Amino acid sequence: MNAAARAEGQRLLGAFQAWGATPVEADVLQPAETLLDLYGEDIRARAYVTQDPLQGEMMLRPDFTVPVVQAHMAGGAEPARYCYLGEVFRKQEGGAARASEYLQVGYEVFDREQPLRADAEVFALFSRMLAGRGLRAAIGDIGLLIAAVRGMPTSETRRAALMRHLWRPARFRALLERYAGRAPLPKGRAALLERLAAGDAIESAAPQIGLRTRAEIETRLIRLAEDAATPAIPADLVDGLETLMGVADKAPVALAQMRDLARAMPWLTPALDLFEQRLAVLDAHFVDVASLDFEASYGRTTLEYYDGFVFGFYAEGRDLPPVASGGRYDALTAVLGQGRSIPAVGGVIRPALLVELEGRA
Amino acid sequence: MTRVKIGVPSKGRLMEKTFDWFAERGITMKRTGAEREYSGAVEGVEGVDLVLLSASEIPRELAAGRIHMGVTGTDLVREKLAAWETVVEELAPMGFGHADLIIAVPECWVDVETLDDLDAVSAAFRAEHGFRLRIATKYHRLVRDYLRAHGVADYQLVDSQGATEGTIRNLTAEAVADITSTGETLRANHLKILDAAPVLCSQATLFWARGADWSGPAAATLTALRARLGV
Repeated sequence: MNAAARAEGQRLLGAFQAWGATPVEADVLQPAETLLDLYGEDIRARAYVTQDPLQGEMMLRPDFTVPVVQAHMAGGAEPARYCYLGEVFRKQEGGAARASEYLQVGYEVFDREQPLRADAEVFALFSRMLAGRGLRAAIGDIGLLIAAVRGMPTSETRRAALMRHLWRPARFRALLERYAGRAPLPKGRAALLERLAAGDAIESAAPQIGLRTRAEIETRLIRLAEDAATPAIPADLVDGLETLMGVADKAPVALAQMRDLARAMPWLTPALDLFEQRLAVLDAHFVDVASLDFEASYGRTTLEYYDGFVFGFYAEGRDLPPVASGGRYDALTAVLGQGRSIPAVGGVIRPALLVELEGRA
Repeated sequence: MTRVKIGVPSKGRLMEKTFDWFAERGITMKRTGAEREYSGAVEGVEGVDLVLLSASEIPRELAAGRIHMGVTGTDLVREKLAAWETVVEELAPMGFGHADLIIAVPECWVDVETLDDLDAVSAAFRAEHGFRLRIATKYHRLVRDYLRAHGVADYQLVDSQGATEGTIRNLTAEAVADITSTGETLRANHLKILDAAPVLCSQATLFWARGADWSGPAAATLTALRARLGV
């Protein structure tokens, strides 16, 4: 850990505090179960897991968001602004040139009343703090993609399956193509469906073993038959959704392109209105919206908790991770809040990357 | 002067087959000393020492450069070594010790044939039972990478270092990912293999370690040995 990075981190933390954020601490050792439950098995490939004789499986803090949300849900006042500085730990396989331990300095806003204003506040604050570093900013809006899927005229089962794989673009696309009737069924499915349609009893001579019950298997067979009877999603809608996911342009141009797509997908309109209002609020926060890059699929391949506005700041032409990134994660607070939730948005900066860029300049 | 150390499985069929493979290529390997003593000798090429090791430790020894060459399964190398291609190189697949790493589910799951089904069932299982569908394995890295590449979600891996096929009946897992050669143990435990490309097709393979000390005559020894083995 280099001293210059820590000093830069302290300076940024100070700026967040001056802006009104309360500094918070988080344990380096986090209970693995919460993180595993949130992120799934993939987190094991990214985070360091260790064993505590009393507390069980623990993880070296892979980010601050989860502990900060937990601390807030356990008794924070509203609205709240938090900041923090500390190491996070991420395994870097296959390459190893990237740091596996690095400082993050972060800022999180929990505000129920004015989410768009909070989005703009965070982005504008980061923009100001990173100004003059030659970084390129990009934004996205996962909320638009969620709205696009939720409005699709198809079965709830199919919408749920698409939603579930929103953060796995290749799988999402494969499912969508199948629902459009443009990709073949998985192997063996057609034969199974034929037997179901003929009223055959689909049974196995093998004993029923394991926790998954015969009733669960029956339920799935019914779902499969229902799904087979579900009409294909019209090709123009599938093409429209795929076009939407590929939109990448300056924010106002992208907005116009998406308004065009909304003629065939009118259920996009409320989300687009929000997006347009957010651009206006960003503008009111002195962000140069006309030159801001928008990418519709931005944030789809990160750890899956962002569900609204997302952003990142990049050193162009350098093979570096994003210098800063963040976004809105309302659903995460609901998962961690045991029934309660609060709209939340935030982001992190990696001070060591700023120091590295400065050294080169 | 640097002698080339070659690591070979220390017992059983894997050792015998390895000795046979080298013998067919004019290199004699044999155990020396007392019956239970793990020492050996190499004849037919100069400057090579035999190191008898557990097959599962050979990847680690290769990675550390403590042995120059080694015979072990591709499954073990890929599971135990991150970015394995940067650490070792395959010189020759040896044509024995074949085994596939596969994913298997209870045969009574009549609705599951493919990874696509496994993914859908994982989602439903999590909703029904409140935890992720458990897949028992000792090949964590390989299985996780494979399932991620195929877009399977909502599962968890649980560690099983042996008798993995029994975990489902014992209610400690819902599916397994394990090495099989004939599938007999799976069938005996009422499991069926998913209809998908295996996670990995493994066989005994001769590797050389990029990070070992190849100074002095060692490099020439490797060249001579490769010429002799035709690899």
